[in-house]
Amino acid sequence: MSEHDIRLTVNGIERSVRVPARRLLSDCLRHDLGLTGTHVGCEHGVCGACTVLVDGVPMRSCLLFAVSVDGAEITTVEGCRAPDGGLGPVQQAFQDCHGLQCGFCTPGFITTITAYLRDNPNPTEEQAREAIGGNLCRCTGYQNIVASVLQAADIIRSES
Amino acid sequence: MKPPPFEYHRPSDLGEALAVLAEVGPDGKVLAGGQSLVPLLNMRLAAPRALVDINRVKELAYITTVDGGVEVGALARHADLERDDAAYAAIPLLRRATEHVAHATIRNRGTTVGSIVHADPSAEMPAVLALLDGTVTLASTAGRRTVSAADFFVGPLESDVRPGELAVSATFRTPPPGTGTAWLELSRRQGDYAICGVGVLVTLDADLRVAAARAALISVGPTPVLVDLADAVGGRHVDAADWAAAGALVEASVEPEDDIHATAAYRRHLAGVLTARAARSAAQEATANVRA
Amino acid sequence: MKVFGEPIARLEDPRLVSGRGRYLDDLGTTTTLAAAFVRSPHAHARVVDIDVSDALGVDGLVAIYTYDDLEGRVAEPLPILIPHPALRAPRTGYPLANGVVKHVGEPVVMVVATDRYVAEDACERIRVEYEPLPPVVGIDNALRAEHAVHEDVPDNVAAHLVQEVGDARAAIEAAPHKLELHLEVERSASMPMEGRGVYARWDEADRSLRVYSSTQTSTSLRFALAHKLGVPVDRVEVVTPDVGGGFGVKIMHPWPEEILVPWAAIRLGREVKWVEDRREHFISSAHERGQKHTVRVGFDDDGRLLGLDVEFLHDNGAYTPYGIIVPVITATQLLGPYKPGAYRVEFHSLYTNTVIVTPYRGAGRPQGVFAMERTMDAIADYLGLDRTVVRERNLIQPDEMPYDQGLVFQDGRGLVYDSGDFPATLRKLRELVGWEEFEEYRQRARAEGRRVGIGIAMYVEGTGVGPYEGAHVRVETNGQVHVATGLTTQGQGHETVFAQIAAEELGVPVETVTVVTGDTRRFKYAVGTFASRAAVMSGNAVALAARKVREKALRIAAEALSCSPDELSIVDGVVRSEAGAEIDLKTVAVLANPLRYAFDEEAARATQFAVGGRTDRPPVEPGDEPGLEATAYYSPVRSTFANGAHAAIVETDPQTADIRILRYCVVHDCGTLINPRIVAGQVHGGVAQGVGGALYERIVYDEHGQLLNASYMDFLMPYASEVPKIEIDHLETPSPLNPLGIKGAGEAGVIPGHAVLASAIEDAEGFRIDAMPISPAQLWELRRRHEAGEVPGLTRGGER
Repeated sequence: MSEHDIRLTVNGIERSVRVPARRLLSDCLRHDLGLTGTHVGCEHGVCGACTVLVDGVPMRSCLLFAVSVDGAEITTVEGCRAPDGGLGPVQQAFQDCHGLQCGFCTPGFITTITAYLRDNPNPTEEQAREAIGGNLCRCTGYQNIVASVLQAADIIRSES
Repeated sequence: MKPPPFEYHRPSDLGEALAVLAEVGPDGKVLAGGQSLVPLLNMRLAAPRALVDINRVKELAYITTVDGGVEVGALARHADLERDDAAYAAIPLLRRATEHVAHATIRNRGTTVGSIVHADPSAEMPAVLALLDGTVTLASTAGRRTVSAADFFVGPLESDVRPGELAVSATFRTPPPGTGTAWLELSRRQGDYAICGVGVLVTLDADLRVAAARAALISVGPTPVLVDLADAVGGRHVDAADWAAAGALVEASVEPEDDIHATAAYRRHLAGVLTARAARSAAQEATANVRA
Repeated sequence: MKVFGEPIARLEDPRLVSGRGRYLDDLGTTTTLAAAFVRSPHAHARVVDIDVSDALGVDGLVAIYTYDDLEGRVAEPLPILIPHPALRAPRTGYPLANGVVKHVGEPVVMVVATDRYVAEDACERIRVEYEPLPPVVGIDNALRAEHAVHEDVPDNVAAHLVQEVGDARAAIEAAPHKLELHLEVERSASMPMEGRGVYARWDEADRSLRVYSSTQTSTSLRFALAHKLGVPVDRVEVVTPDVGGGFGVKIMHPWPEEILVPWAAIRLGREVKWVEDRREHFISSAHERGQKHTVRVGFDDDGRLLGLDVEFLHDNGAYTPYGIIVPVITATQLLGPYKPGAYRVEFHSLYTNTVIVTPYRGAGRPQGVFAMERTMDAIADYLGLDRTVVRERNLIQPDEMPYDQGLVFQDGRGLVYDSGDFPATLRKLRELVGWEEFEEYRQRARAEGRRVGIGIAMYVEGTGVGPYEGAHVRVETNGQVHVATGLTTQGQGHETVFAQIAAEELGVPVETVTVVTGDTRRFKYAVGTFASRAAVMSGNAVALAARKVREKALRIAAEALSCSPDELSIVDGVVRSEAGAEIDLKTVAVLANPLRYAFDEEAARATQFAVGGRTDRPPVEPGDEPGLEATAYYSPVRSTFANGAHAAIVETDPQTADIRILRYCVVHDCGTLINPRIVAGQVHGGVAQGVGGALYERIVYDEHGQLLNASYMDFLMPYASEVPKIEIDHLETPSPLNPLGIKGAGEAGVIPGHAVLASAIEDAEGFRIDAMPISPAQLWELRRRHEAGEVPGLTRGGER
């Protein structure tokens, strides 16, 4: 099987990597690029733990081949930090609201919510629940994740 | 669950794509959205020799609303169609049904045409195409052909795409004025494949009589099941139409199967109930459209 | 500043939310090898031949192992972790199948390669020839015993246990009223978001083994590995990384893979890692919940229990490595907060050719509560009484505590409820859900054509089982406090709650406390995290160790400040005397270790020429030790009992039978709370699993023993759209059994899930719901059968 040289801009930094065509983006990020923040829960697109932003749009990295997104801008949970390296607004909201327990599903929620709030800065509670409706969490029962969405919206509003 | 090895092709335009497809023939699979294909590869339930990644064939990334229909190119994502206001204005059902396709994140990558080609009996968009009497255009190095929805869905996960062919677009026909539509489905969890789903189209004439009424159902047969509701409600005034009878007609017309999520009997029952509810809703919209 | 009892933000969150967690698959390097397994596709078969020839040419293949390659204890059956006299026919498997496979998913061949993709390529090319044998699937078939899972256990009975208090059968016989119920709970599974994983490093020069495992017990795994691999215990360390959830499934150990991966690492002299994928988790980890119960009850005109006779059948899957803890818990926790009169419980634990059964959050309690609470509802219906009134009449009263149910509990000790105010719990719940106002709401809904119902369920939970946990607390010379305890963490916030305890006891800011759990390098004697025991066990151990440290600190400080320890307090890391003299705790730490050599300025204060003081006593008194640190253990005389009650309001669609939860209310009492927000989070998560288990989750096997829904697409765990908002109120009756007064809370949320939702749906529909989970399709079928007269309706007192 052939190997391909691809370029991905990950969290603002251009990375070059050589991968076989079948290398899933999730594995490329985690093992070839050392960004282990993105997690793998099912490898069939249902749980959402692997969700990253591809050109700003949430997608399941376990359902993408790295070669297929050659040239794209990828944002992972690591890229959701604040410019000074501290917690970004969505990350801070999760801590404020106890929106995580084991933390395994959390990166997928954080990227999804980051994109969502960029496009929908003032969600209602119902909209917030719907926004997180495609990600599974086994620990929290979602209650505090919904609260985290609303809290993050508040933080972003107050920061701007 | 890692995919098996495959030959990878990434054509940059349609001509190249067709040439590659001609070369790989039946051993090749098209990769567009990949939301249905990649899980199969990860689970090693499919092992195509070659994958033809058409995500660079930008000329296929379009949604065009023209008189008579909405044409969706092969690279238009479900999310693009969901957001397209012109398409919504022309055929509201497109957005209504697309909203039920999986979850938003899946819709960001999955394509409408891909879903139609994949022909899952529980997928929404094949049924919408069938309901609206749409067509699929296929291209190959030998030329193009257009297949009607009625002929396109051959069986469960089987559509009329020949080796070497690429489905380049799907066209949804704009229904006539005075038409209302609705989509209703019941799934176990939000975003799951429906236990049963139905799209209903009702067209009223200027006197508010039912000129046309039909339903397209998912998850009750190997392909979308199209049922003409004329026998139940045809010609009736919209206020006197017996939508329950339309539901009963559908219930009698479908032969679903049992699976671990629902029995055949329950699916049949749902088909009737959901049709009646959707038909009522479609009729209301049709009435408003006639009056407008 | 008071920190114990405060809902402080979690100390572990910053690294977890920014993608800096270290889960099992995050470990390793580019040269770490990957393992994968060929697993049985048959539920029951003889392994006739294994042909690996086609796999040998795979580029990147390193090794292939079958049973024939295993030696010594590795080739022996896996251990029986919890022997029990009633476990009369225990059976376990081998790390790799020894000529026979007994469930789909059992490991047959292990492949080690340069990465997982390659390892799976090699696995695909290995040809195993099987001779299928008749599979036994389902409790009924196991009981019928037309075929046996194990040749030498022809009746498929692994265990048979009878426990009784009084003569239940006679009491029922003599009772004015009797009922019989048949109740079933279907199999489900823990399903943490992160599966299992093992990463092993063998240091040839040092002859030592380090194993990382996504486990709930690093200490017990360490002993098991040392024993199996023949490595001295002191040369084996087991480290638990960040773990993405456990919910019970990761307490089972040693998994075949936990033995084989280190074994291969030693053999190959290479680092080896195995990370389970989702399909593997479905077919080779563990399931739980599948049981069928027959309940016979005798009661009086007021609904008081006179006798309770329960027989149930437990499906334990193909092997019994974890013993029969789950059915034992069902048998004992079934009694809930009630006085049963006379009680008899009998269970048979049966083999089937399916995945093994080990505890899943609740661990048999959900099934027991389901049986008891359905019975309570049935009694209320029979007598035409309010369901809360019947329960009230049977509750153990607070002044009857401690209450001895007369049975042996899962810790081998007496089932004695130490504390709890069950009537108060019930009262609070009635208030929270608006029990009195519901009838009016139902009428209004009915007028709108809507169908609604309300349900209730109560439970008790024996928490904090022994034998013990320990903790080590050390104050560093830089003022940092290091806490270590041997049990593990899978999201419960231990880094925070144990820090809160230590900070409170020592009088230091909580941010200066770091906690390590589950690392045998830091703490070697422990049991594990399960049975809602961590806060009780390690929490108290941390408190006791911290108290020892505090006492020592005050003693040393008193000497330094020339006063009595009674005059001293510690606030914000500073020891202060009533007279106003003070000394930093970190300086006390320096003084606690008399030094010859100073490694920094602070340390210089403790060196022999700087200290001053007495020269007629040794620097370290007999019985004392250097350093400001201490170890302490907490070992309870028995479990401490939490309790709670849930209520749910549901709506069912009259046509589609779709089920929607409108409100979900929880009242729980887990004693003193260390961090109320973390406890609430545990309840939320448990409720979500309760909802999942009641309405969505079932493991489905076909008659050939094939698992039909081995993926997240078909095993339905709830998304946010399926879990209602959870309203919580709580009581705190402190535990009299431990110094901190705390009780466990980890499983509380899930325990009454099946029961409360069955109760609510039954109330909405007007006919018996006796099997869970229930889907809209199943509810619709029941409606039809009820209309056809096959399913009896509720009588609401009409039958008397």
